[in-house]
Amino acid sequence: MSSLYTILVVDDDPYILMSLEFLMKKNGYNVVVARNGTEAMELLNKQAPHLVLLDIMMPDVDGYEICRYIKKTASLKNIKVIFMSAKTKDADIKKGYELGASLYVTKPFSTRELVKQIKELLPA
Amino acid sequence: MIAIFSALGYLAILFGVAYYAEYRQRKKRSIINNGYVYALSLTVYCTAWTYYGSVGRAASNGMEFLAIYLGPTIAAVLFWPVLHKMIRICRTQRINSIADLISTRYGKNFSIAVVVTILCVVGIIPYVSLQLKAISSSIHILTGSSLQEMSLNNFWRDDTFYISLILSFFIILFGTRSIDASEKHEGLVAAVAFESIIKLLAFLAAGIFVVYGIFNGFGDIFSKAWHAESLKGLFQLSNTTSYATWLGLMMVSMLAVFFLPRQFQVSVVENIQERHLNKATWLFPLYLLLINIFVLPIALGGKLIFAGQGVDADTFVLALPLHFDQSWLGLFVFIGGFSAATSMIIVETIALSTMVSNNIAMPVFLSAQKFKPSPEGTFSRSIIHIRRFSMVIILALAYLYDKTIAQNFSLVSLGLVSFAAVAQFAPATLGGIYWKGASKNGAMAGICTGFVIWFFTLVVPSMVSAHVLSDSILTEGLFGLSWLKPYSLFGMEGMDSITHSVFWSLLCNVLVFVTVSLNTKRNAEEIYQGEIFVDIFKHSASPAAEVLRKGTANLPDLRSLLDNFLGAERAHKILNSFAARNNISLETNKADPRLVSFVEKVLAGVIGSASARIMVSSVTKEEELKIDEVIRILRESQQMIELNKEMKKKSTELKKATQQLTTANEQLKEMDLMKDEFLYTVTHELRTPITSIRAMTEIVHDNTDMPEEQRQLFLGNVIRETERLSHLITQVLNLERYESGRQKLILAPAVLNTLIKESVESVAGMANEKNLVIQQQIPDTMFMIRCDADLLMQVLNNLLSNAIKFVEPGTGKIKVSVHSSHDEIQVWVEDNGKGIPPELHELVFDKFFQARNQTLKKPQGSGLGLAISKKIVEMHEGRIWVESAEDNGSRFIFTLPNN
Repeated sequence: MSSLYTILVVDDDPYILMSLEFLMKKNGYNVVVARNGTEAMELLNKQAPHLVLLDIMMPDVDGYEICRYIKKTASLKNIKVIFMSAKTKDADIKKGYELGASLYVTKPFSTRELVKQIKELLPA
Repeated sequence: MIAIFSALGYLAILFGVAYYAEYRQRKKRSIINNGYVYALSLTVYCTAWTYYGSVGRAASNGMEFLAIYLGPTIAAVLFWPVLHKMIRICRTQRINSIADLISTRYGKNFSIAVVVTILCVVGIIPYVSLQLKAISSSIHILTGSSLQEMSLNNFWRDDTFYISLILSFFIILFGTRSIDASEKHEGLVAAVAFESIIKLLAFLAAGIFVVYGIFNGFGDIFSKAWHAESLKGLFQLSNTTSYATWLGLMMVSMLAVFFLPRQFQVSVVENIQERHLNKATWLFPLYLLLINIFVLPIALGGKLIFAGQGVDADTFVLALPLHFDQSWLGLFVFIGGFSAATSMIIVETIALSTMVSNNIAMPVFLSAQKFKPSPEGTFSRSIIHIRRFSMVIILALAYLYDKTIAQNFSLVSLGLVSFAAVAQFAPATLGGIYWKGASKNGAMAGICTGFVIWFFTLVVPSMVSAHVLSDSILTEGLFGLSWLKPYSLFGMEGMDSITHSVFWSLLCNVLVFVTVSLNTKRNAEEIYQGEIFVDIFKHSASPAAEVLRKGTANLPDLRSLLDNFLGAERAHKILNSFAARNNISLETNKADPRLVSFVEKVLAGVIGSASARIMVSSVTKEEELKIDEVIRILRESQQMIELNKEMKKKSTELKKATQQLTTANEQLKEMDLMKDEFLYTVTHELRTPITSIRAMTEIVHDNTDMPEEQRQLFLGNVIRETERLSHLITQVLNLERYESGRQKLILAPAVLNTLIKESVESVAGMANEKNLVIQQQIPDTMFMIRCDADLLMQVLNNLLSNAIKFVEPGTGKIKVSVHSSHDEIQVWVEDNGKGIPPELHELVFDKFFQARNQTLKKPQGSGLGLAISKKIVEMHEGRIWVESAEDNGSRFIFTLPNN
């Protein structure tokens, strides 16, 4: 089953990564996974995803940094970004939106809700 | 001629010094505001008597001259306790003379001020005339002319007359520049200090010339004198002088340093800062020592050189250089003696004239005049005229005394007469500042008694020898009563005249003073002043030290009073600044008691406290002060002081408490912040496993069709994440318990070897999974320790399981070993994993450090293990750290005290 859309999932927790990969495939998207910021940066240029599910706290490059890079790079700036983070302070969320994210979901989140919102962002 | 010109030139220089000092005073850059100048000014004590007379005394009585300097040297020890107190009293009460001090203490009594003033004048005039005599005789020696007895009939041919005249001009120029006598005469002090240096240098120059110029050093003089039979006794103690004389002289000179008007002037009235006393305490005796070093050598030298030539020993200092044709040195020595004499005359005359004008002339003048508001400045001009007139009178009296009586006495004996006179003030003054019970009547009676005895035993004999009285008094006693002979009162013989006089006058003075004080009632004002004087250090900061006044007055009257004595401009300034300081309105017509008291105090500085009291009373409506009222005022001020002290203490305590609270608050805030941070991190760490658990269960729940194998994988992960979650919660709670101090150690003896063995067994499962063997290298010794075994096991387990996590399966090597020294036991856990970069060696013990930084693989711990281990080790009074180089494995070491 091939889809119009490719989604890049970035998280340093293997179980979350594993779950989201399963979920996105199940909903008919092409899925690429990255286990840290460095991998994510490489895949962004190689795969040109339409949407990135992005964790924020990662050991090497943090999610904010990646989002900033996406939004200031001409070839990438149309990629939609959804932050998924355990950072729940208002200031963190605000910062996420200011960097150009389409959505900021706080962990733990509902996978059903997430899927619904992704579908809105990527119309069939 | 040269002598006269150099003397005039010297006076001009002196005036220049004074003028410059006053110029600096106006510019607020005082040159005399230091302890050295103060100490030098005190040496006005050394007069022509010291300069010429000591040698004369030494030539006849040997070492006895020293008594006059030993007394003051001992007195210097008392400078701090006694002078300090007098200075403080005089400053707060605006007292400007010794007479003023005594009269103020005894209720501003008028008659006592008059008596003290008269005693001062009578007692001191001979002393001033002595200085005049010294100047004129030194001029004659310098010029080589023979000293002719000049009678009063041809005074215009007499040098002494002209000297007195010039000096009176000079003193008038000097001493009456300012109207407020309690104001500092900085010019005067500077001039006196300057003269002190000149006289010391000149005397030392003479001494050095005699000892090294004429003779070959001290040894030469003394050995030559030793062979001259008549001189032998001069440098042996007690040959010529009895112990009674020594004691008497020391006593009287000790008192003189405090009570001579000129000493009081420089040490109390002119004192700028109380702490200058400290320097004076050692500098003043040092000066006395220096100026006395050459006295005996000069005396002996003079005796040897002028043997049998009839040269007056009082003139040796000057005569010796001249005899050897050292005319320049002679001139210098003359100037030195001149400076010693003039400094004394100047200060003494100013001090005496203040007393005479304030206590005698001014009251007469004021009562004759009846105070009426008059054109501005009338009174202030009159005051200056009165003071100038007093100066001239004093010098005139001194001149007359010199011409009539003084011719028959040596320098020293004249001086001692004055010393004995001022010693009469000692009981009333010292009693007044240390004994609250001293009364006005006591003081008056004591001083009068002392005065009469002094007069009878010292002045009467001198009148006899001047042929004013018949000498039958000396031989047969007063009225022919044999126990009233001036030189052997009550039949006491065997003392020299001075000691005899001092003994009887002081003894009777003290006895009468004390007896009368104990047996008379004191009035309110005496009680009040006694309280203030004795406890001056307690009162000087309180309003009670102000002059006590109860009545009110018309403000315009008070104002015109001040205008008249001070001039309108100054009066205006002073009143305004006082009103501003004390929140008093000057708009009304009525002056309240505070203002009345203030005006009295200001006037006291100008015309003395007794006169000021009369002046202010003339414009004040007031009721008489009652004793119980005085006591109430005093008690109130006392209570106020105590209350004030208490408040100060309280406020300091409050300040301290506030500070502690602020600090505590800041610490709390900081702790709060740390706690917040910790909580946030904890919730963050909890959210991650919950997220994956939720995601995975939702997936399994929503996808009933997923392959069984995948379902198992997801559910297995859920179980693992749940375990991780509960482990994390346990660890957080543990750490919180340790950090809050709620966890108490359950200390019990344990064998470290066993604990390690158990710990290795408990992680054996983990190790087996990775195909590892944990090597143990533990000495055979049993390490007995007191510890909480459960907690210590946590540390061991944590270190071992960390090591297992970070080594490669199969090739990994882990070793645990024990090392002991005499004071500690070290446990090492080593691995050959990838190691820890040095910059992280401390950070690894931080909470959640691992979770944040080592997430390339699934984190396998809570991120709290090392933080908890560290806490536990520290609770056991040990340390924990890691040694490692990257790619070279790590070695975690913790220590336990060895006991």
